[in-house]
Amino acid sequence: MSRVSIQAEDFDPAAELAALEASGGGGVASFTGIVRGDGGLIALELEHYPAMTTAQVDRIVAEACERWPLLGIRVIHRFGRLEPGERIVFVGTASRHRAAALEACAFLIDWLKSQAPFWKKEHFADRTAWVEARAEDDAKADSWKR
Amino acid sequence: MLSLVYFAWVREAVGRDEERIERPAPGTTVAALIAALAARGGGYAQAFARPDKLRAALDQRFVPLDSPIGEARELAIFPPVTGG
Repeated sequence: MSRVSIQAEDFDPAAELAALEASGGGGVASFTGIVRGDGGLIALELEHYPAMTTAQVDRIVAEACERWPLLGIRVIHRFGRLEPGERIVFVGTASRHRAAALEACAFLIDWLKSQAPFWKKEHFADRTAWVEARAEDDAKADSWKR
Repeated sequence: MLSLVYFAWVREAVGRDEERIERPAPGTTVAALIAALAARGGGYAQAFARPDKLRAALDQRFVPLDSPIGEARELAIFPPVTGG
């Protein structure tokens, strides 16, 4: 059971976790990304490529299902304008055992960083700036390559 | 015709999010098309001056810049993604 949502609206991690807990496994792992207010950030604006986003995220999810025995996967990625403290991304995985749930969760979030077509623009009081991709994020995604 | 779509600062520099152009010869690579776009000058020159800062997708799949455009209907050009 996997479900992917690309949405502007907020989500409820507790409800998502409860759904994963009901999948019958012995372990649920999750990651929730929150907008940081570093350096006087007022808002983060997330642009995406709708025609590509779903296909790309589905591919990443399919690969996770191939690599680990998962009972449930939930991916939520928001777009639009988000303020510090707001939730931006959620990945949840359920499996019979903890290792698969934890590893698949880390894999999914690392791949989202470098393979999902989203771009972040930072808004400050006096300027805006596109967030540059970090070599470190690419290296993390590469480290999962077989 | 080939649809070109732009995102993030590439979109801002060229001043539009998409356009349609005459289909290039099938062997034309993404890199060659980027060079031709840069030659238009202005915001295009700014957006496409540094191919190493760009990524591309043909029909919604990431491709290396040396890939031929072939029969693809849509070419997207954008900066490296920063999701998650």
